[in-house]
Amino acid sequence: MTQSTQQPGTSQIAAPRSPYKARKAGNFELYSWLFMRGSGVLLVALVLGHLFVNLVLGEGIQAIDFAFVAGKWANPFWQVWDLAMLWLAMLHGTNGLRTIIADYTTRAGTRFALKTLLYFASFVVIVLGTLVIFTFDPCIDPDSTLSVCQTN
Amino acid sequence: MASSPAGTLYRGREGMWTWVAHRITGVLIFFFLFAHVIDTAMVRVSPEAYNAAVETYKNPIVGVMEIGLVAAVLFHALNGIRIVLVDFWSDGPRYQRQMSYGVVGVFLLLLLPFIWRHLTNVFGH
Repeated sequence: MTQSTQQPGTSQIAAPRSPYKARKAGNFELYSWLFMRGSGVLLVALVLGHLFVNLVLGEGIQAIDFAFVAGKWANPFWQVWDLAMLWLAMLHGTNGLRTIIADYTTRAGTRFALKTLLYFASFVVIVLGTLVIFTFDPCIDPDSTLSVCQTN
Repeated sequence: MASSPAGTLYRGREGMWTWVAHRITGVLIFFFLFAHVIDTAMVRVSPEAYNAAVETYKNPIVGVMEIGLVAAVLFHALNGIRIVLVDFWSDGPRYQRQMSYGVVGVFLLLLLPFIWRHLTNVFGH
């Protein structure tokens, strides 16, 4: 009876109190929201630890040179630390900037251009940083005093 | 004729200002991250190239700017913890304003000793 009185084009409106159905687009925004909190908590420890070891301990910034980096990356602990920090910080920052672009751009073309630039730049930096950590050779320095460079 | 109609400009309180500062510090840190990965990549070129790049950071003017960078990181980290508490702690929204002042307090507590330590390192050589 009610069906027959319905106007054309209104049949898609769900009945009141019908169960919620998740959109087919998926829950990307929910997971990105959750990722910002999870990665954020990890980054607090990783970044503040990084700043403490590199800028506060010993002679701070004056002690940083090639030998300092070689000494750190001779230890897998710091390789994993820096790799985790690189990936989490880049993804956290890229997602943050994605939000800011979405908030402040009004034209679709501008939004597309800025997001393309952002994703391209982030991809290049993540790949570059990962390659640097994994292909680093501490013995490139002929004056190295590291034990791994003394074997020959 | 009306130059600035009263009541139409949103002026938030602690929650809005921490939100604004969180955005600004976040963008600042993200842009620095690009520079920092590239300067660190110099270790793959040669020890001389890396030492030359890192020498820039020991310059007194850049050394003072680093305090700004660490301040941005500290604020973003502490306010980020506040955001997580507002979202996940049942009493978080009720205490968000008090936590804003907590963020500023802990921020100063950590930043002031760092300024002293960092300036000693930058100018003490």
